[in-house]
Amino acid sequence: MASGIKNKVAIIGMGCTQFGELWDKSSEDLIVEAYKEAAEDAGIETKDIDAAWFGSCFEEINVGRGGIPLARALKLPNIPVTRVENFCTTGTEALRGACYAVASGACEIALALGCEKLKDTGFGGLPDLGTGEESKFYYPNLTAPGMFAQIANAYFAKYGLSREEGKRVLARISWKSHQNGAMNPRAHLHTTPSIDDMVNAPIIADPLGLFDCCGVSDGAAAAIVVPADKAKDFRPDPIYVKALQISLTPATGIGHQSWDGIHLESTRVAGLKAYEEAGIKNPREEINLMELHDCFSISELITYESLQISPMGKARDDVESGFYDLDGKIPCQSDGGLKCFGHPIGASGLRMVYEVYKQLQGKAEPKERQIKGNPRLGLTHNHGGICGSLVCSVAIFGNEL
Amino acid sequence: MVGITSYGAYIPRYRLKRKTIFLAMGWFNSATAGVARGEKAVANYDEDSVTMAVAAAQDCLKGCVRDEIGGLFLSSTTAPYLERQNAAICAAALALRPDIRTADFGASLKSGTTALITACDAVKAGDIKNFLVCAADSRQGKPGSNMEHTFGDGAAAFIVGKDNVIAELKGSYSITSDIIDYRRTQEEKFIRGWEERWIRDEGYMKIIPRAVNGLLEKYGLKIDDFAKVVISCPMGGALKGICKKVGIAPTQLQDNLMNSVGDTGSALPLMMLVAALEEAKPGDKILVVGYGNGSDVLFFEVTDQIEKAKDRIGIKGHLEQKKELDNYAKYLVYRDLIPVEKGIRGEETSPIRLSLMYREGKTLTALMGSRCKVCGTPQYPKQRVCINPDCGAIDQMDDYYFYDRIGRIKSFTADRLAFSIDPPAMYGLIDFDEGGRLYLDITDCDPDSLKVGMPVRMSLRRRYGDKGRGIYAYFWKAVPVLEKNV
Repeated sequence: MASGIKNKVAIIGMGCTQFGELWDKSSEDLIVEAYKEAAEDAGIETKDIDAAWFGSCFEEINVGRGGIPLARALKLPNIPVTRVENFCTTGTEALRGACYAVASGACEIALALGCEKLKDTGFGGLPDLGTGEESKFYYPNLTAPGMFAQIANAYFAKYGLSREEGKRVLARISWKSHQNGAMNPRAHLHTTPSIDDMVNAPIIADPLGLFDCCGVSDGAAAAIVVPADKAKDFRPDPIYVKALQISLTPATGIGHQSWDGIHLESTRVAGLKAYEEAGIKNPREEINLMELHDCFSISELITYESLQISPMGKARDDVESGFYDLDGKIPCQSDGGLKCFGHPIGASGLRMVYEVYKQLQGKAEPKERQIKGNPRLGLTHNHGGICGSLVCSVAIFGNEL
Repeated sequence: MVGITSYGAYIPRYRLKRKTIFLAMGWFNSATAGVARGEKAVANYDEDSVTMAVAAAQDCLKGCVRDEIGGLFLSSTTAPYLERQNAAICAAALALRPDIRTADFGASLKSGTTALITACDAVKAGDIKNFLVCAADSRQGKPGSNMEHTFGDGAAAFIVGKDNVIAELKGSYSITSDIIDYRRTQEEKFIRGWEERWIRDEGYMKIIPRAVNGLLEKYGLKIDDFAKVVISCPMGGALKGICKKVGIAPTQLQDNLMNSVGDTGSALPLMMLVAALEEAKPGDKILVVGYGNGSDVLFFEVTDQIEKAKDRIGIKGHLEQKKELDNYAKYLVYRDLIPVEKGIRGEETSPIRLSLMYREGKTLTALMGSRCKVCGTPQYPKQRVCINPDCGAIDQMDDYYFYDRIGRIKSFTADRLAFSIDPPAMYGLIDFDEGGRLYLDITDCDPDSLKVGMPVRMSLRRRYGDKGRGIYAYFWKAVPVLEKNV
């Protein structure tokens, strides 16, 4: 039986740039900014780093392939630098590489950094995905909102919500994230539209409208990982890694009728394994905050259920009661989420960890964003790829050993 | 006995009222008022002569064993490829055997009737038992022209064979004439014609009576012997003149589809023949006249097998399944006659890999997947390892085709971000009644009509047109069907 990652490594420094349409910044600028903040936060220098993992998804766009963009920007001195890409879990994959390396003892100080420069692609929304040679012929011109819009329609049909009712539930999710994002100076979007504004916004992929979709942004985030037993040598309040899980559905949902077209199997499995790895028996009671992959409002809704925080088909009740609001039982997207903080793919997983890290240290800025009641355990979640063949990551962090 | 053993037809869903064309372009050419009556069938943006021919063939092949087809002729003056056999694309899409004879017929509007005679000759010669003949056209008249009004899109298909013949080919007569009435060179998109009065008087009204009389003489027949006369002549005035000259009574004359479909070129006489067969009784004699740089005349006699073939959608069924295209500009975009702002998603086309297309030919063109011998799960595309999470058998697959299966919409969206010539792009997960699930584009329907659980059938469409590299790529899309037709 594997012993898992719990309490083996700790994060001692993190950095995260402003996210947004950063027309005047290059990927080099973003990498250096995120790294500088993380290194200063950890109190280390570049020469102290033993190995680095670099996450970027759309490598064609001004960032470049392999580990070179990271090594070149930071002048990493001939250390191992590995580029990882696994759709929207890319940032979490970079952290996972760094954590596993430190846990194995192969290195003592590892850097994980994710960066994406989407706004040089010329696309509104994400560039079209190439997902293997043949798929171009037989998949529709799937877009990300189109894939999740299908889930929304299937969800509404299964649970008997009219399009209007369903859209209002989804809007309530986005409304909460806008309230949080508006308080966060580093977030991409600071607007606070009303629920009516959202329900009546232009349709992107029916039934999803403009405000059901997250920001498409540039940005970078970084973490510095050391062995858990050395963490307090660097700072008094390190954040310990409790679980790191990845699960990938092997296209079963696309090709086999066993998938209900709604709930995300890879999220369910990654969640269960992460709870087990972290020793969590009742996630709804034990977890204090979550950063979920709200690329679309519907993805946040079904993730509540697939992670078994809300009962299947009942997430609506929790959404409407404010369970996931900043002052609710489990605040979600306290930094604004992908919805408002923005979604530079390769950076997003690490941006979520950044928020959990700051919240667990009681250092969320400005202070009105700090979650009350001394949160102890935080969860981050990403999913990406094609609905029915999603890769999902679930990570859990705590401020105590 | 050699003759037709099965028939099928296809008319695209959209119908454009000629008044709509006239309202948009009549200011430019007020003389088109004379032809601005009735409506014409317009191929959807994702259809062409190959996809329409395949659709007609699907209708025709209902209940037939595809492995018994020994040849395929495709007739069209508007087949998408000048080099790369269009009939071979159809044969692949229809999952016909590889050891068959195929050929493209084209260039002349009578190529449809010529293909039908030639197929009958081949069957008569004895080598090939069953020959599939398809004809489809989607010709383009210049905006503001008479031809823009009169041309329509459609297809017909027949199986020619010796067993269970529903209409025996008793004889034929052909003449060839290098009359330059209509023409189009390799470089041109639009058809050109000479003065219509000349085409009427020197073309239709002289050549067709000569050909019909030639056949009557050859076989010692009188025009009164025929229950129906199919004359491929889109010009009302000329048709009247021909009838008068040859002595055809109004009750004998088969409707030329001009009010409902339009002039479908090489497919017109064959589509009219399908319509005639839909109403035919055993013993009826049918005369079919194809026209174009001469004329083919065919003489059929209907047998008592005719009733067995009447479950086709045919002309009658397709005439009922229609939707008005009430927007002339949309028609121009469908036919690629005006540039539209496609945006970066429409402009960015990554190269199509032809070696891959060839290797995965059946997967892509004939919608072939596999079915697990162990657990029976159909799956697409074909897999080495079974997709059923409870099975996972390795290399235990049989080929399995999805092209004629009914599926149901599991989930769907109408996507305004994805590029489509006709936004929003509609697509969804389709669950097949007999097992298997595919992500598919959905076409020929309105976004508001989409519902979870709605039944769909498969239709071959043109998915990509990569003009820069000269490639059209075909794939199957889902088309909603009425529950009663499942």
